[in-house]
Amino acid sequence: MSTTQHDSEQVHDAEAAAAIGAVSTSEGRQELLGADVTAAAERLRELGAVLRVSEAEAMLLGEGADPNDETMIINMGPQHPSTHGVLRLMMELRGETVVRTKPIVGYLHTGMEWTGEELTYIQGATNVTRMDYAAPLFNELAFSMSVEQLLGIEVPPRAVWIRMLMSELNRMSSHLLFLATNGMDIGAVSMMLYGWREREEVLRFFEMVTGLRMNHNYIRPGGVAADLPDGWRSAVLRLLEMIPPRLDEYDTLLTGQPIWRERLQGVGTITTEECIALGVTGPILRSTGFAADLRRDEPYLAYDQVDFDIVVGTYGDCFDRYAIRLNEVRESMRIVAQILEQMPKGDYRIQDKKVTPPPRARIDESMEALIHHFKIFTEGFKVPEGESYVPIESPRGELGCYIVSDGSSKPYRMHVRGPSFVNLQCLPHMMHNALIADSVAIISSVDPIMGEVDR
Amino acid sequence: MVDTPAADEAAPEPADPEPAPPALRHGVPVAEAPGTAVLHPTREQLAEVVEALYADGYLMCIDVTVVDYLTFGRRTAAEGDILSTERTLPGGLAPERFEVVYHFLRHADHDRVRLRVQVPESDPTVVSLFDRYPGTEAMEREAFDMFGVRFDGHPDLTRILMPEDWVGHPLRKDYASGRIPVQFKASADER
Repeated sequence: MSTTQHDSEQVHDAEAAAAIGAVSTSEGRQELLGADVTAAAERLRELGAVLRVSEAEAMLLGEGADPNDETMIINMGPQHPSTHGVLRLMMELRGETVVRTKPIVGYLHTGMEWTGEELTYIQGATNVTRMDYAAPLFNELAFSMSVEQLLGIEVPPRAVWIRMLMSELNRMSSHLLFLATNGMDIGAVSMMLYGWREREEVLRFFEMVTGLRMNHNYIRPGGVAADLPDGWRSAVLRLLEMIPPRLDEYDTLLTGQPIWRERLQGVGTITTEECIALGVTGPILRSTGFAADLRRDEPYLAYDQVDFDIVVGTYGDCFDRYAIRLNEVRESMRIVAQILEQMPKGDYRIQDKKVTPPPRARIDESMEALIHHFKIFTEGFKVPEGESYVPIESPRGELGCYIVSDGSSKPYRMHVRGPSFVNLQCLPHMMHNALIADSVAIISSVDPIMGEVDR
Repeated sequence: MVDTPAADEAAPEPADPEPAPPALRHGVPVAEAPGTAVLHPTREQLAEVVEALYADGYLMCIDVTVVDYLTFGRRTAAEGDILSTERTLPGGLAPERFEVVYHFLRHADHDRVRLRVQVPESDPTVVSLFDRYPGTEAMEREAFDMFGVRFDGHPDLTRILMPEDWVGHPLRKDYASGRIPVQFKASADER
């Protein structure tokens, strides 16, 4: 019933457009429709997919609504400074209150899953690393682990620990970026500078190890691209020394401040049931008090050999999500400190001639090594037929990589389950009956990375 | 046991009388994969199996995606390396062009289940899980957008990543990716 209404509405639009000879550039049904054409059932779906409102309440919002009760539909984004990239929200407002919200995505869609089918497994990491550009190493890790599961190989211990070191540092840099943008969105602009400053320190370490600040292509199927450079240990120690006092500064600057608390506490609440029904993972799920963390639940790499706590919230509001991310930086540093102690010696990539190219020095002296090197980088290596899905805990939630191989050297299908994409679905629920001024805080607390949403 | 792979389009889904060898779970063939059990329900069994999984405590639907098996195993022909084209599924299920893949998670013991549902090219439709798992809303829309598989009962099955007026489904294997003529709209003045 609601569909027919949509259709007739669309036809009407098209006719109207044809009548005036205009080319319709409207994206049509992707948009949020007005209150007058949205039936009660549709309202119930948008608001109460996990039973936030009763059917009677939805009826009231629908046709039964007071005709004098005017609502307005406005666009926020895609080029709004606080929508984190190109997220576009259509919001129905009653005065200052948000009644309905619909996230409209796709503005950053670059067909990376398709590109992934055209690149060999060796080249694949270059592609996936551009998805969640705030946490690129996690994308590489999920992809590499999925390929390794298909190959049935196990990477050497040093590679495992290097991967763990890099992902925890990346979690720190990603959360620091969140703290910066979260502060900026809410009006604590000085926080933005501090967050970026600390993140820059972490990125400097990445540059030292991988050569790049972002999009590293460092974690590859079979291990990592290069061993840690000389002096890495003191560089990490320097980070571990520098960042904790700065986090304490954040506490002074933000956590205890009445304005900060006023803006965040009780804003954008969500319950565990809603999160689970909507597939929401990561800090948003943990903010409701549900201790779900894949690092502990389904330990990958060597997370079962380090000691760390899962930070959970209580109320599921924006403040909990802020506090969780702030404290997860501390937990990550705890893990990094343990990695420093336990970092094993040995190979940084698997010594499997099928997967690993020969060392650079061998190429100058051995014809076979040269051929081998050439073959690996032009043809790639073949991966046995099958499917694999590997989930890891990215800073935003469960990041999974589903690969179908047909036995060739390129994935037949490469799908990435981006946590931001799924997490965005909780926005309409958090925003329902919130003030429009709070919507900025709520969007920020979801911490979506549009590169990962649109892929 | 397995049907000839040539019967792709016309052959209806054979009513499977549950052969003895494959293991069954919720009445459908099950296989093991690293870290997960893989269930192979037919389209007709899907809703029932999902309800049974929900009752079992798999409360979160992690992921919904589609694989287009049109050129499976033949894709590397251009590279001079023809692979086998035959796909085998447990329980004597007939492979179809599309396969909808679901991942479910049970938080109680961190157990995962994968569902692989064969969907024929002639009628690419499966039932939507929206009513049971509201979180599949965006994921089913993405699957529809990219593969043109319709989800019956989805309340808002529109394109999500591509523009509304886009023609075709880009991740299908027969979609002419990269072969779209580029329109150069140069300035009108002559050079």
